[in-house]
Amino acid sequence: MSIIIIILDLVKFTSMKTIYILWLRQLKRHYRSKSRVLGSIAQPMLFLLSLGFGFNSIFAKAGAGDYINFLTPGIIGMTLIFTSIFSGMEIIWDRQFGFLKEILVAPVSRLNIMIGRTLGGASVAVLQGIFIYFMAMLVGFRPVSWYALPAIIGVMLLISLLFTALGTMVASRMKDMHGFQLVMNFLVMPLFFLSGALFPLDGLPTALSLVASANPLSYGVDALRQLIIGTGYYGLGLDLIVLSACCALFLFLGAYSFKTMEA
Amino acid sequence: MPIIEVKNLVKEFNDFVAVDNISFNVEAGEIFAFLGPNGAGKSTTIKMLTTILHPSDGIIKLNGFDPVKEANQVRQSFGIVFQDQSLDDQLTAWENMEFHGVLYNIAKPLRRQRIEEMLRLVELWDKKDVLVQTFSGGMKRRLEIARGLVHSPKIFFLDEPTLGLDPQTKNRLWDYLRDLNKREGTTIFFTTHYMEEAEKMAQRIAIIDKGKIVAEGTSEQLKAKTHTDSLEAAFLELTGKDIREEHVNNHNNFRPR
Repeated sequence: MSIIIIILDLVKFTSMKTIYILWLRQLKRHYRSKSRVLGSIAQPMLFLLSLGFGFNSIFAKAGAGDYINFLTPGIIGMTLIFTSIFSGMEIIWDRQFGFLKEILVAPVSRLNIMIGRTLGGASVAVLQGIFIYFMAMLVGFRPVSWYALPAIIGVMLLISLLFTALGTMVASRMKDMHGFQLVMNFLVMPLFFLSGALFPLDGLPTALSLVASANPLSYGVDALRQLIIGTGYYGLGLDLIVLSACCALFLFLGAYSFKTMEA
Repeated sequence: MPIIEVKNLVKEFNDFVAVDNISFNVEAGEIFAFLGPNGAGKSTTIKMLTTILHPSDGIIKLNGFDPVKEANQVRQSFGIVFQDQSLDDQLTAWENMEFHGVLYNIAKPLRRQRIEEMLRLVELWDKKDVLVQTFSGGMKRRLEIARGLVHSPKIFFLDEPTLGLDPQTKNRLWDYLRDLNKREGTTIFFTTHYMEEAEKMAQRIAIIDKGKIVAEGTSEQLKAKTHTDSLEAAFLELTGKDIREEHVNNHNNFRPR
């Protein structure tokens, strides 16, 4: 039932202006917070430099090629998931600082608000991802082709939408910031470490391989890797199908959670 | 015709009746004070009037619309200043106003004009490009008032608008509101714990206690009814002198549609 209501809402009440102003707000908030901008660049770069140079020679000795090249798509995936889940979870701040009430008594549909916020959060994440892509080139990363860049950005957007919606979903059920560490430790970190962002997926123990296959980020990183360095595990077709399906599912669940959340 | 009509309104939470069958009207253009001790049902009533909470029973008409069935028309009809802060402090004063104007679907030329007019009214025009983060409590309150008025609402709700403000700001704030009430005929519905404020400002007063309206009328009528010489004394006469414990549980969380 609710899926029909949400779709009807979507068709009937789409307001580009509402979506735009919420999108703009997310971008402004992100780029005005120097610590967040710095953090979202410094952390992936730390991973890239330490792991990249740390394991580069072993990786090469094992005949697996250049680890920096292998790792860069994974680190881009990390940037995307961290930034977008965090953006989605910003609702908690909006609630804590009262701004959510202002939004919720306005004569606009909840769905437009959710769409605007999610697009805003995802845009921020994609911009960070692109930035890391170019930063990685400074430390030796080389993509196989420049023509793939639009497709790469498309995949980045899918990943970011998915995880912004997931962040919204989680945050709409949280009362305050106390649960934030819990989310980091039990959701974001496992999703990242069990995704094949840091290691190749072939030759894994069965259990780990199964866990990775149940993780949407695995397909995201795999798709990025396929497009950026030309090697992958699941195949680009499967990656895109799983990513799109998960993205649609989480957007729906996110919209539903937002619609029914307590202010 | 009354602009707010409330008939037999009831709000029950699981274990507790917050609003118990109240009825009252507010006329268009009136300044109306809604008084009561903590936990009496003031905020719950405002939440129902402003579409945030659904009534368990009873009828509400706001500007002729039903807050449950015609939420968006109702939302377009009122402006509100909440009890707690509700600005985005990482945006500037202007951006907060602009955000509001866009959400309320005001066309750009009118929006620009209205924002300037309101920021000038509350004397924040020269601070329009400053981040709200750096504002004092009084400045934030003034900005919230300006913001709530951008879309020229027919009714303006203020839930304890002067709490924690110095007398200068308080007086100034009431000057704006009186001015607005005169110029635009905006109906003002406010709650407060400062009785002198209600006595001075309100044309009519309703007192709610334990979810029921215990008295309604002008300040003079309430004083005459209780044979007292101040509104404060009348209030204490009507609601008793015991200290109220507010129900601290989930009642303050609401489930909007």
